[in-house]
Amino acid sequence: MSQIPRARNLWFVGLTFVLALIASIYPLEPENRWLRPQFVCLLVIYWTFYLPERFGMGWACLVGLVQDFVSGFWLGQTAMGFLLVSYLCLLSYSRFRNYVWWQQAGWVFVLVGFQQLTVNWVNHLNGRSAEGLLFLLPAFTSALLWPPLCAWLSRCCRRYRIANH
Amino acid sequence: MLTLILVHSYTNWLDPVSTRVGSLAKPFYWVTNIPQRMSEWGNDTFTTRNQLLAENKSLRKEVLVLQGKLQTMASLGAENVRLRQLLNSADMVDTNVLVAELVGVSPDPLVHTVVVNKGANHGVYEGQPLLDATGLMGQVIQVMPNYCRVLLITDSTHALPVQINRNGVRAIADGVGTLYELHLRHVSNTTDIREGDLLVSSGLGGRFPVGYPVATVTSVLRDPGQSFASVIARPKAQLNRSRHVLLVFGEKPVLP
Repeated sequence: MSQIPRARNLWFVGLTFVLALIASIYPLEPENRWLRPQFVCLLVIYWTFYLPERFGMGWACLVGLVQDFVSGFWLGQTAMGFLLVSYLCLLSYSRFRNYVWWQQAGWVFVLVGFQQLTVNWVNHLNGRSAEGLLFLLPAFTSALLWPPLCAWLSRCCRRYRIANH
Repeated sequence: MLTLILVHSYTNWLDPVSTRVGSLAKPFYWVTNIPQRMSEWGNDTFTTRNQLLAENKSLRKEVLVLQGKLQTMASLGAENVRLRQLLNSADMVDTNVLVAELVGVSPDPLVHTVVVNKGANHGVYEGQPLLDATGLMGQVIQVMPNYCRVLLITDSTHALPVQINRNGVRAIADGVGTLYELHLRHVSNTTDIREGDLLVSSGLGGRFPVGYPVATVTSVLRDPGQSFASVIARPKAQLNRSRHVLLVFGEKPVLP
């Protein structure tokens, strides 16, 4: 059995999360806020699929808590969503790597949809509700962003020799 | 994780934690503010002399007009104090204000909060009202050392006691989750309220000072079949566009 190749240059993972956090709180017009892709969730999905040995549910939970602190949400709101997403990713990562780009985008839509569902549920607890299925719009734009994001990150991973691509 | 959410939402045990760790969000807001600061610097540095002269002239005119209006304010204020003494009611408290700047907004479209660059180190306290040049904007909900988070009046969990400027009729203005609408709850069909009425804060509840403009009534629908009239008002504050805001120092509210 071959050894798991050691992942190096993990600072790059941290850098991508910092950039994603900045993009997720960048001020947008109120009409456009529903169209913002869930950058941090996309990165959690990406790193869990491509570095499942290093990036597990604990790290996903921590990243979620950091996003909660930075964005001013209730503590645990995003973290709970990321735990669910990370769990689903860990269950399905070997299948996912064999999918074609549009199949991957569809699966990403479902995963980000789950995260949006938990966030919407917590908002309901607070008395705020989204109309109809509007809360799934960020999942849709995230799925559209997935193929180019995946291609770019794979190139960076190959360059920095981060994971076994 | 579920326990954490429920504890944070229904108790205030985690407030010290979220205050301390919330400071770590400051560098992120500083970075997202960079384009705005660069465009302001560009506007200031690359204007022509003629533009500056014209702006100077119009600002001087505006100051003159406002000073003229202030002259009558002094006598009105004195008359107000005399009338209140006649009625044996409490004196109006002088208000101090602190100028602040908006540095961030909540990324979630359902949550109407903004981040302002003044915090506990500048004397900001929880429950403090926030205004802009045209009206009331909201109240401070979370105070960090160097910045604070403000809940806007249009958030769907916020309600504000108001009164109609024309006749003093009191109502509660509820936020509904859009930036351009407030709904007045439980206004009976026979209440004297019309389109175009100015709503000001009534000061009841001790949170917001009296007399600050809140909204203008845009529609009044009286349906005899409904128990209450449906009144919609548009906030006067530029909730979407204001960058410079004022934090008002009144009496600190007594928190439970």
